Amino acid sequence: MTTATNTASQLESEVDAVTAVEGRKRHGDREDDTRRVNWWATALIAVCSLTILIPLYLAVVVSLKTPDQLVSGTGFEWPNPVRWENFPEAWERTNFPQALFNTALITVGSVVFTLLTSSVVAYALARNIHRPFFKGVFFYLLAALFIPFPIIMLPLVKQTAILGLDNQAGMIILYTIYGLSLNIFIYTAYIRSIPIELEEAARVDGASTWRVFRSVIFPLLMPMNATVGILTCVWAWNDFIMPLVVLTDPAARTLPLAQYVFQGQFNTDYTVAFASYLMAMAPLLIVYIFSQRWVISGVTRGSIK
Amino acid sequence: MTTLTEAVRTSASGGTTRGRATRTRTGARRALPAYYWMVWPAVIAFAAFHTVPVLVGIFFSFTNYAGYGDWNFVGLSNYANLFKDDRVLAAYGFSFLFAIAATILTNAISLVIALALNAKIKARSFWRGVYFVPYVLAILVIGYVFQFFFSNSLPKLLSGIPLFRDNILTNPDWAWTAIVALAVWQACAFTIIIYLSGLQTIPAELYEAASLDGAKPWRQFTSITFPLISAFFTINVVLSLKGFLQVFDPIVALTNGGPGTSTESVTLLIFRGGFSGGEFAYQTANAVIFFIVITVVSLFQFRVLQRREADF
Repeated sequence: MTTATNTASQLESEVDAVTAVEGRKRHGDREDDTRRVNWWATALIAVCSLTILIPLYLAVVVSLKTPDQLVSGTGFEWPNPVRWENFPEAWERTNFPQALFNTALITVGSVVFTLLTSSVVAYALARNIHRPFFKGVFFYLLAALFIPFPIIMLPLVKQTAILGLDNQAGMIILYTIYGLSLNIFIYTAYIRSIPIELEEAARVDGASTWRVFRSVIFPLLMPMNATVGILTCVWAWNDFIMPLVVLTDPAARTLPLAQYVFQGQFNTDYTVAFASYLMAMAPLLIVYIFSQRWVISGVTRGSIK
Repeated sequence: MTTLTEAVRTSASGGTTRGRATRTRTGARRALPAYYWMVWPAVIAFAAFHTVPVLVGIFFSFTNYAGYGDWNFVGLSNYANLFKDDRVLAAYGFSFLFAIAATILTNAISLVIALALNAKIKARSFWRGVYFVPYVLAILVIGYVFQFFFSNSLPKLLSGIPLFRDNILTNPDWAWTAIVALAVWQACAFTIIIYLSGLQTIPAELYEAASLDGAKPWRQFTSITFPLISAFFTINVVLSLKGFLQVFDPIVALTNGGPGTSTESVTLLIFRGGFSGGEFAYQTANAVIFFIVITVVSLFQFRVLQRREADF
């Protein structure tokens, strides 16, 4: 067994080396790029980025105002004095800790289960894709990508209610299952590029299929795990329509759902509402800011292969 | 999101050779039992939570079930009524208008931004990070910020233009453009990244050779850049249109279908009619039609776009 693991880690470092070389090649033309700096493009990018930054600025600035300050201006003026009390008030009114907990629970649960299940299924499919049964399963799962959510929406709500899954656990199950189609696609393409000799070495040492998966394949899947994890995380965290139709108990509300309910109840209370929006967007935004390069390369890896 | 890129690639090459190699090597006729154990639970779970609801939906589309109480079979009358229902037709009209406008804008803007990001610019990775920010924001939540912007800020900022002064969201003819703006704003984040990764696969030597031959930037774009990223273009167009046809969140955030039902999309109509309108069966029939429409549109697009792609 140790041999297999060794070979695996060896291969991993080799793969790393290869990707590093590739990376250097790909980004190489950036660093020792001999082109002159294109100031027109820089200006265009800078100006257009305002469309991204202005809404975020607006969200921040409105959340720091008093209702009077808001009414007197267009919304963009920096408030004087700043009113921080909007945040505690929004915290109370939307029951923020609970919504945050629900969203975090659903997101973490979905990501963990997705990584554990999708990779196993994809492994079995990738290694047996020439067999009719596995090929059939592959296309069966894939076909689901063409089925729009509205067609399952109405019956699904009945079904989750009957099964008692109209709660956080149900959401985790649904995200795990509905993500399967896409994730299997991302994984199988990658698994097929892993040389089968590596597994055979482990098998000769007497490892079972599960053992091979756990000790040899899964560690090699880390780049794809990152991709799948990011996609699932963003989906589960921000999704609105599925929690809206499936969750029935107010105590199970996710962050987007809490904003929706809040919006309905306090329609004109913009300053508190904006504090609430900011708090709902902040966690993922902060994570993104600190792991920006990793997130973008993860997403890119999923889209080109 | 990403699958189809791979779908196109795998179907085009690779796939089968590896499969054949595996077969000759393992030689066994049946797969090891462990492989079946790995796949079956997923198949069962998927069937239970995806295929069963689809079939149940199709089944009830032939009944008059209201979502509660008794029901009877009514044959195809739900389907027949759909085509006579002005509200349904208007929802399809809106969804297509919205989706086509949003798809064109998203792809045009993303392509321009991706090209600019791919040029040699200052602080490139910072800007790339900025343009990806909308992807991590819940569209509903940032949509509420846009809603405030359209209904409170814009009327004061552009008080000279009647359309904006009177709050564009309450204008039955133009409210949809605000929804397009929000949807495009968010969708561009992902599309830019895909185009950018496509652009980075083009070797720089091609441009050097082209400029030696005296090709101007526009000529370089039409003769090198665009043909080489056309696979990415196909994917982005197909995925954008499919996603935009099912638009829901941006509408809820901005207009909630209003004023009246002028910005009601098919998804919103199914949601409203099915859950609160007592039209469970009727709206499942609508959903079945919607599914067929989306599939036909996607396949048609693939056909057209891939044929064009093969030309170069």
